Amino acid sequence: MNPVNYLYLAALLFTIGATGVLIRRNAIVVFMCIELMLNACNLAFVTFSRMHGNLDGQIIAFFTMVVAAAEVVVGLAIIVSLFRSRHSASVDDASLMKL
Amino acid sequence: MSVQLAAYSTSTGEAFQFWVLGTVAVIGALCTVFMKKAVHSALCLAGTMIILAIFYLANGAYFLGIVQIVVYTGAIMMLFLFVVMLVGVTAADSLKETIKGQRWLALLSGLGFGVLLIAGIGHASLTEFTGLTEANAHGNVEGLAALIFTKYVFAFEITGALLITAAVGAMVLTHRERTERALTQRELSERRVREGKHVPPLPAPGVYARHNAVDVQGLLPDGTPSELTVSRTLRERGQIRDVSAEALNDLKALEQRAEERLERAAITPPHLKRTEEASK
Repeated sequence: MNPVNYLYLAALLFTIGATGVLIRRNAIVVFMCIELMLNACNLAFVTFSRMHGNLDGQIIAFFTMVVAAAEVVVGLAIIVSLFRSRHSASVDDASLMKL
Repeated sequence: MSVQLAAYSTSTGEAFQFWVLGTVAVIGALCTVFMKKAVHSALCLAGTMIILAIFYLANGAYFLGIVQIVVYTGAIMMLFLFVVMLVGVTAADSLKETIKGQRWLALLSGLGFGVLLIAGIGHASLTEFTGLTEANAHGNVEGLAALIFTKYVFAFEITGALLITAAVGAMVLTHRERTERALTQRELSERRVREGKHVPPLPAPGVYARHNAVDVQGLLPDGTPSELTVSRTLRERGQIRDVSAEALNDLKALEQRAEERLERAAITPPHLKRTEEASK
């Protein structure tokens, strides 16, 4: 097997995550799909690191993980406060600024 | 293992692992997107992340593989599950489309994006794989540490600032300041007497209904449910269970069962029938 297959898998997972962001209406599931996209990117970074024979790709993946952790904390806090004020986690309901 | 990492083509074992676990990972990702309930989505995503951790290990990223399991499946997914439980497991996704045809357009654009991405990778000249044998020679963790604390030390410091900001931000977003003092029990009782409304304790839930669960309204003598019997918190959350139709449904089910029994009685052998008549 050619290790490039890992890149194909990463692309597939990223596409599935992106489609999920567009399709789903539940804010939490949308957020999970974003996590899936981040993970797919990490897999690509790790594969690139193996491809080029240096550890810089793994460092970038490590930073992605840290940023993802911070993002999840803030994003879930936003979802919780949104749920408190609107009693719904649907992204369609937060349309206060719509004409 | 490190000898195989340098090779352009992987070992049969890794290929087998890739095809089996890769399929499971894609199925997990699809389930994340298409499962109706958020809890199921979260669990499928956790499975996909564990498989990705195995792939990191197979790719020579030993530190990242462990961090993936500890941070992603251990911390982030548990946080997700926690919020899902907080927000309400019962809340299913609404299937109504706000923009007409948006679902199909999204699927179509996703498909197009995927085709473009995969075709792009297919056309790239990714012919040589160096492998990590040399880079991992002194240990993966040591190699990463050497890079983090020399070349990427500035980014690493900024990461610390980011994490602190995120923690403070989460606290600020979810914190609710109490603007007035909470009334004591005495003050509440005095207010009740002053208003002359509901001086005795409020009626208990479900007393005249068929259930006595806290989320079931008690029935008034005329059969209408009383809002007062249910806790204010449950009322505001809209988590009151209405069982007024349940009794009728139970009765209907009972009648149906009785009919089935009677029909079965009708096809019972005649000698049994005769004994019944004789007993009458």
